[in-house]
Amino acid sequence: MENNVIVSLKDIVVDFDGARILDGLSLDIHDKEFVTFLGPSGCGKTTTLRVIAGFIEPKSGNIFFDGKDIAGLPPYKRQVNTVFQKYALFPHLNVFENVAFGLRLKKLPENEIRSKVLEMLEVVGLKGYERRNIATMSGGQQQRVAIARGLVNQPKILLLDEPLGALDLKLRKEMQLELKRLQREMNITFVYVTHDQEEALTMSDTVVVMNEGNIQQIGSPEDIYNEPKNAFVADFIGASNILDGIMIRDFLVEFAGKEFSCVDKGFKPNTPVQVVVRPEDVKVVPMVQGQIAGLVKEVIFKGVHFEMRVDVEGREWLIHSTQASQPGELIGMCIGPDEIHIMERQEG
Amino acid sequence: MIKKKSLAAPYLVWMVIFMVVPLLIVIGYALTDKSGAFTLSNLTTIGRYSSVFARSLILAAEATVICLILAFPLGYFLSRLRSSKQHTMLMLIMLPMWMNFLLRTYAWMSLLENNGLINKFLGLFGIGPFNMINTSGAVVLGMVYNYLPYMILPLYTAMTKIEDSVIEAAQDLGASSWGTLTKVLIPMASPGIATGITMVFVPSVSTFIISRMLGGGSNLLIGDLIELQFLGNSYNFNLGAAMSLVLMVIVLLCMSFTNTFDEEGLEGGAM
Repeated sequence: MENNVIVSLKDIVVDFDGARILDGLSLDIHDKEFVTFLGPSGCGKTTTLRVIAGFIEPKSGNIFFDGKDIAGLPPYKRQVNTVFQKYALFPHLNVFENVAFGLRLKKLPENEIRSKVLEMLEVVGLKGYERRNIATMSGGQQQRVAIARGLVNQPKILLLDEPLGALDLKLRKEMQLELKRLQREMNITFVYVTHDQEEALTMSDTVVVMNEGNIQQIGSPEDIYNEPKNAFVADFIGASNILDGIMIRDFLVEFAGKEFSCVDKGFKPNTPVQVVVRPEDVKVVPMVQGQIAGLVKEVIFKGVHFEMRVDVEGREWLIHSTQASQPGELIGMCIGPDEIHIMERQEG
Repeated sequence: MIKKKSLAAPYLVWMVIFMVVPLLIVIGYALTDKSGAFTLSNLTTIGRYSSVFARSLILAAEATVICLILAFPLGYFLSRLRSSKQHTMLMLIMLPMWMNFLLRTYAWMSLLENNGLINKFLGLFGIGPFNMINTSGAVVLGMVYNYLPYMILPLYTAMTKIEDSVIEAAQDLGASSWGTLTKVLIPMASPGIATGITMVFVPSVSTFIISRMLGGGSNLLIGDLIELQFLGNSYNFNLGAAMSLVLMVIVLLCMSFTNTFDEEGLEGGAM
């Protein structure tokens, strides 16, 4: 799905109070994609969103929208709409007027405004709520109003700044699917900011993992999850075992004191690398059958699986298994070649 | 549960003794003549003073509008500052109010006089002297100077409740600065606007110190007129009471007007 680039950021630098928030960030966003900026708080993901919306003027760098440089263009002239973290609805207007706000500014005829607003309220599941006062609505309903208020203007891009952060878990899951559906139905670009890796993996076509004002990795959810580029991504995307190892030759890597066959190649012989093994990819077997052995230290029941902390030659591994072992038990562990992910070792 | 109504009892007693009873006495005076017989002539003769009433209303309205124009941007500016700075700035705004009201107005007198400080200063450059004291402009200036903080505070309070993201949302949806002002800021600040208007207009319309000190004899306001009936040469309690009554009705009308404006702003959203 290689669509046209709709937004292109080039070497964006943003400073705030003497601190560098974005450090030469470059990024292309393709049309009609669901793109997610994922990272810990303070990584610059919201700042990037605000640069696209026009609320922050970068210190240097260029931003192109449909190929045109839009630096200095105020927010109200940009063809993007934002869904804010805390909804930011207009408390003095009812649901209908909140959604109609942008259309009224465009001075559309009254009957057109009416039909567009009612249609959009139906799309977000708020039919019949037109006259409701904003203050009487639940968080989930308010968020739907905020989404409708943005989408009704038919923006080229809808920017969403952690829109589900204030909702409870069940509602959040529902809204994730709903947002994904909306994005497909409206057929526009969504740029979504979150610190929740699961949310990012569930909804996105493309995930942009960020840290300290830089992009760590861009890729599909599968790529990011299965082939993390560095330890930060591997760690942030999901609890992982990240181990130092040596790539002995193509398809053979050594870590935890053993040699394992793997599917990676192209490293120089004996290159120091980092190895990522996901907790759920470690197979627990009787000790004699295992490639490596470990001592179970802790077992926690997590519902679908047991989470175990296992000591392997002085290093703690995290293992998810559907079968419980007992603390103090010695177990064997197997890791298939496909489950071993090799990354270049980063100093520091 | 103790009946919560009982908590209001002390105030209720106070109200009855010092507000309701005096008000009834005022009404009594307004509707009687000097001999104590019932009459409406006090109220009907007020028509003679309609020019004074009109002047009071106009000058108070001018002062209120000027206060609103000065205070609105300032209130917005204050509400966007960091909270530590907000407190300092509020202190600075309240500072002139620590000085006695009379003293402040006297100070303006000596500034505005024909051989006052301003004219002396302008005289150094060969400009003037201007006649500033004893004009209606001086009265409005005195009102604005004394009552401006009462406009700033409610506006500031109302605007602190407007989050940055709501303003950003307006811009994001296509509102220019003007659109954001008229469609979001003013409607959302309307409770503060209504309070501020009441708190500036009511004391301005009934003041007698400011007009006497800065307005001279030619800028008599209702307040002065009422004072004359009680302490001055006219000495007519009954007429003074009638004037007070009419003034009260005017003020009540103004307040109910601003209140409906306030409620419209809050609920808004007429479809």
